[in-house]
Amino acid sequence: MTSTIPVSKSAASPGLAIQASGVRKHYGGLHAVDGVDLSVQCGEIFGLIGHNGAGKSTLFKMMLGLIEPSAGEILVNGASVRGRDFRAARRHIGYLPENVVLYDNLSGLETLRFFAKLKGAPVEQCAPALKRVGLAQAAARPLREYSKGMRQRLGFAQALLGTPRVLFLDEPTNGLDPQAIRDFYATLRELCNDGVTIVITSHILAELQERVDRLAIMSEGKIQALGSVQELRDQMHMPLNIALRLAPDDIAPVRRLLEQLAGVNTTTTAEGVRLSCPRATKMVVLSMVSELGVRLLDLDIQEPSLEDVFFGFSD
Amino acid sequence: MEWTQILTLATKEFRDRLRNRWVLAVALVFTVFSLVITYFGGAQQGQLGLRSIEFTIASLVSLVIYLIPLIALLLGFDAVVGERERGSLDLLLALPITRLELLLGKYLGLAAALTLSTLAGFGLVAVLLFRQFSWPGLYHYLGFMVSSVLLGLAFLSLAVLMSVIARERTRASGLAIALWFFFVLVFDLLLLGGLVATGGSYGGDAFAYLLLLNPADVFRILNVFSLDDVRTLYGLASIVPAALAKPWLMGSVMLGWIVVPLALARWRFRA
Repeated sequence: MTSTIPVSKSAASPGLAIQASGVRKHYGGLHAVDGVDLSVQCGEIFGLIGHNGAGKSTLFKMMLGLIEPSAGEILVNGASVRGRDFRAARRHIGYLPENVVLYDNLSGLETLRFFAKLKGAPVEQCAPALKRVGLAQAAARPLREYSKGMRQRLGFAQALLGTPRVLFLDEPTNGLDPQAIRDFYATLRELCNDGVTIVITSHILAELQERVDRLAIMSEGKIQALGSVQELRDQMHMPLNIALRLAPDDIAPVRRLLEQLAGVNTTTTAEGVRLSCPRATKMVVLSMVSELGVRLLDLDIQEPSLEDVFFGFSD
Repeated sequence: MEWTQILTLATKEFRDRLRNRWVLAVALVFTVFSLVITYFGGAQQGQLGLRSIEFTIASLVSLVIYLIPLIALLLGFDAVVGERERGSLDLLLALPITRLELLLGKYLGLAAALTLSTLAGFGLVAVLLFRQFSWPGLYHYLGFMVSSVLLGLAFLSLAVLMSVIARERTRASGLAIALWFFFVLVFDLLLLGGLVATGGSYGGDAFAYLLLLNPADVFRILNVFSLDDVRTLYGLASIVPAALAKPWLMGSVMLGWIVVPLALARWRFRA
């Protein structure tokens, strides 16, 4: 089945999969989402992170049309998911909720057929979708026999039905083993290369760090930071951590020298010197160490993790 | 409104009840009870076996008033709240379907299961009555079967309303049981108490119309007053005015009991 995506009368920008402007959601005095402006490009993997209660689930649900915003507007693929043409808009959306429990008495294939019919997608897509998530062998088995990881993969297959242009995935790797997580993100990258936009939430920040193109950190109903992981590190002016492994005799002179540099903090370790320094000082540090003529046994440069960045912004 | 979506949801609900043998179990319960009551209903008067259509229906009405509301409430109380608890409600609502389609699909699927089990359960007695009394007798019994289905659908509608109102499954089940107690056990006692307390001097007829506020009583009136011989078996006959003894009127009230709770459920089930 093919359907055209209705375009909202309000300004829809080409190339944008999601446009949220001035979005608020108030429950009495509680401002769950408090003025969010956000644009997500087509074909982007976009992360949405925040503490519990930060407002990301409410924003997520408003993007899906499950909750009506108190103010503002959200366009997905240029169309409103709550408007008159919501059916056509939603046919191009895939959604995997967090901790969803599907129907134990149905088989994997029956589950997908049920959702395909509701979504208006061809039922012929169901078997290939199961194969794509590695469940072809379990297609006829009832879900009560599925492990948690298999259920999660089935949920992902369900989100892939139809021709989704935007995928909303809420904690999608819950219960997946490391190999399945790797396969999952490989599939996401393939989808991205085909122009599918992916909005993903996860509490496992290390997992998102290398996989999202951009992300937003939410706190108290607002987006506190927005950009790629590297851009967020830069915005936070987070120091680099460098570990130098040195011969015992070289440790003291190297530490004395480096402490003369502004913004550099050093500590002595059993094997050498550990220091934190501003990103801009990195090359100065390295050239000073090399000019000193000491024998550098090993060097390890650690970027601030997404977790460091997250706590930097949200605390 | 898209009927494809509604039918997809309804088919799933119906198949679920076939597959987990709910339909079979309820049909068997109805079959056993209806056969026993039909055959042994006259034992107190020293008679066994089929007596008359009227007596059979009068005996079965009491069974149906207790059993069908309970079964319908248990069938529907978790229709929506069950999906909410397992996290699949958001998934369904993010699909290209409306909330009304979701409610209708669920309701129609459960209604089909309840209707099939009711008709199958009381069908065997219908065959026995047909063999004994031929078509004229069967006509009344078929009316009883249809009204039993309507009673079930009315309580199913109330159950779906509870499943929308309650935020947890346990609370929905509590509400469903409370409804059963109220409509099946308490309502008539309250009404009777009111009638006795006022000595019938204050709006005596009004009490009869208050019976319409209980679908179980509507069912009772529908069956009792469609049969002359049965009226005398019930004390209620003395307080129900003849204006209410019209099957089409009571049928319409019963339809109201199906539609209004569903409409309230739709209103409550907003985003």
